[in-house]
Amino acid sequence: MSYNAPVRDIAFMLNHVVGLADVAKLEGFEEATEELATAVLEESARFTSEVLGPLNSVGDAEGATWDEDGVKTAPGWVDAYAQFVESGWGALSFPVAYGGQGLPMCLSSAVQEMWHSSNMSFGLCPLLTQGAVDALAHHASDEMKDRFLPKMVEGVWSGTMNLTEPQAGTDLAAIRTKAEPKDDHYLITGQKIYITYGDHDMTENIIHLVLAKLPDAPEGVKGISLFVVPKFMVNDDGSLGEKNDVRCVSIEHKLGIHASPTCVMSYGDNGGAVGYLVGKPHHGLMYMFTMMNQARHAVGVQGYGIAERAYQQALAYANDRKQGPTLLSGNDSEGIINHPDVRRMLMTMRSSIEAMRGLALDCAAAFDIAAKHPDAAVREAAQRRGELLTPLVKGWSTELGVELCSLGVQIHGGMGFIEETGAAQHLRDARITPIYEGTTAIQANDLIGRKSARDGGQGLNELMDDMKSVLEELKASNEVNLKAVAARLAPAIDAAEQANEWLLGQNDPTQPSATSVEFLMMHGRLAGGWIMARTALAAVAEKQKADADDAYLDAKTLLARYYAERMLPLVESGKTIIMDSAESTISLDIAQL
Amino acid sequence: MKILVGVKRVLDYNVKARVNADKTGIELANVKMSMNPFDEIAVEEALRIKEAGNAEEVIAISIGSAQSQETIRTALAMGADRGILIETDELLEPLAIAKLLKHVVEKESPGLVLLGKQAIDGDNNQTGQMLSAMTGMAQATFASKVELDGDTAKVTREVDAGLESIKVKMPAVLTTDLRLNEPRYAKLPNIMKAKKKPLETIAVADTGVDVSSKLSVVEVNEPEQRKAGVIVSSVAELVEKLRNEAKVI
Repeated sequence: MSYNAPVRDIAFMLNHVVGLADVAKLEGFEEATEELATAVLEESARFTSEVLGPLNSVGDAEGATWDEDGVKTAPGWVDAYAQFVESGWGALSFPVAYGGQGLPMCLSSAVQEMWHSSNMSFGLCPLLTQGAVDALAHHASDEMKDRFLPKMVEGVWSGTMNLTEPQAGTDLAAIRTKAEPKDDHYLITGQKIYITYGDHDMTENIIHLVLAKLPDAPEGVKGISLFVVPKFMVNDDGSLGEKNDVRCVSIEHKLGIHASPTCVMSYGDNGGAVGYLVGKPHHGLMYMFTMMNQARHAVGVQGYGIAERAYQQALAYANDRKQGPTLLSGNDSEGIINHPDVRRMLMTMRSSIEAMRGLALDCAAAFDIAAKHPDAAVREAAQRRGELLTPLVKGWSTELGVELCSLGVQIHGGMGFIEETGAAQHLRDARITPIYEGTTAIQANDLIGRKSARDGGQGLNELMDDMKSVLEELKASNEVNLKAVAARLAPAIDAAEQANEWLLGQNDPTQPSATSVEFLMMHGRLAGGWIMARTALAAVAEKQKADADDAYLDAKTLLARYYAERMLPLVESGKTIIMDSAESTISLDIAQL
Repeated sequence: MKILVGVKRVLDYNVKARVNADKTGIELANVKMSMNPFDEIAVEEALRIKEAGNAEEVIAISIGSAQSQETIRTALAMGADRGILIETDELLEPLAIAKLLKHVVEKESPGLVLLGKQAIDGDNNQTGQMLSAMTGMAQATFASKVELDGDTAKVTREVDAGLESIKVKMPAVLTTDLRLNEPRYAKLPNIMKAKKKPLETIAVADTGVDVSSKLSVVEVNEPEQRKAGVIVSSVAELVEKLRNEAKVI
């Protein structure tokens, strides 16, 4: 089943809800006009649907393979990646100084949705390169940036992030990889696991960013340093030299994303891999955190990106599949889309995807404002907003993405369980997204701790205030669907405020921790409702214009109403769960479990 | 040498065409529009000729509403050097289009004019031939291969009987067939540069060309729905039905 990028929906969200025009007013983002965004989105749509999309099922069936010489990607991958680089897609948001286009994050996120919808396994390679480029751009010396960044920005070299070890997953303090000083560099020894695209045949070099400990490292997370370890040494003139002492010793067999090689990397089998220290010693984890928000945001985009693909497939099937009389059509030979419950599933998918897309783009725009706004106070508030929304984008959108892909299978009935249909692949692929780049529990901890308790709820309160002003706008309208949205948004905001107050009043973190994921999901659903309310307001406003496409705009308003009526009541029940269920969650004796 | 390439904004090839409410044409309001696929091939061929060192400039021209600028920008993003829009809100017939192109040909003196063999909206397959006749330029239509040699172009044409190779003297009008090439994807840096490339807009009135319609559309209708087939039990029955029901033998 082919992929058709929803260019119009994405552009509507960017232009009328998120406010790309405001971002384009900032110095450095002037290029990002509506006109340019349209041209970029349309060409990206063509590329992803024609080049990346058709390789998705091939990648799933054939997967990446490993032998002594390294990893080979699935058939067609090398050629597609070459076209990707040739077209310059990887460089969209990178600094102009290193060959990037310097476009805002909200536009690059919009483009990246298409990578992941069309082929998430493929999209992971540039996603990881982006993380590595961000880390180097922020923390490496100029000499190091000049040596590595231009080729990484161009995409002819890819990047990886080497954090996890068998005994050190979420707890990075436990890493054992060592770095010994030697002349002007370090020798790295140790083993890293779960390294996405740790080895492959699509680029001439791979730049590994590796967390390791120096001999004099203090205990714990304050003893971790960050190193650059190239697969092939890079000579002073930029040419490639000897192969470094790093290799992929195996790849994992996984539930999904078969075409994305998940590597076990061995450093220093023959004495030590040459590595270069990034920034200052013992600051590695802090450096990683500066790019963590962006990486987590990118995984959130995968969450709804893959759900969009599942939705397109389910929608086509529901139109096509005929199964007896349906209640919503007078005709016995109409598709199962005319069953009310199939409609429920499709509406849930469609409206949730729009809500998640809007939230991710809104969050990205906040980071854009935080990066470029002339007023320091505005920058600070925008940064606070972006950081607050990030765990929602990552945690909520990936959890919901999995649910929606499951609905996609459900709509197919028995055929959904059969691999040839392709519906199951999306569910299998989606399942990793709530796990990597920090599990949902990690996101929830981030939300209740770093993003809420630490600033005494300032960021949360600002968000609630913004939601209340949207509520006032809704209430001021006579439009029937807007009134319906307001009717559900008001009690949802009240409920969330009660939950916020409860959270901030807790001195012992145990109880909040037991219901933190519910807290995250509640805020995700509510923020989705806020986005959908803004979408509906924008649609109603657009309808006033001459030549308005009424059918399209009315659909936006009705989707917002469905979302409000179906999802926002869960905010109210979520509040009850958050405040009342902690004790029973943790009080049972382990022996009885 | 300059190459002039025609790019027409048409209903996107993925969109199912529907007849409009008053049955005067296809519904074009709020549907996705994009460059005529045959014209994409023409742009690609022009760029390849330029990249091979056989042309200095590729000019993309469109005749249509202000939105046709987007189609020209697409050609500029692929690599064309500048654009010309002859702006009109009317849907012009091939004859009027050919006359307007002639007006630009006289001004720009291109060595080659590359056009799609037809646009997927009207399927007329006339403009290139008319332009050739009016300008006296040679014509080579349905091109599936183009080789330039000095001031001649050797063109392989896709005709009913197979492939026909002809040589034409330039300046010439070439119309492209589907197998000529595979159009490139626009590169991101070029999409950004396209915004800054020159795009000249000319009003139809300023050309002095008579674009009045010589044809009138009586009515546009959806093609008749195909009826379900029947399975026949023998060749004899098939022959009988073909003779007596279908009356085709």
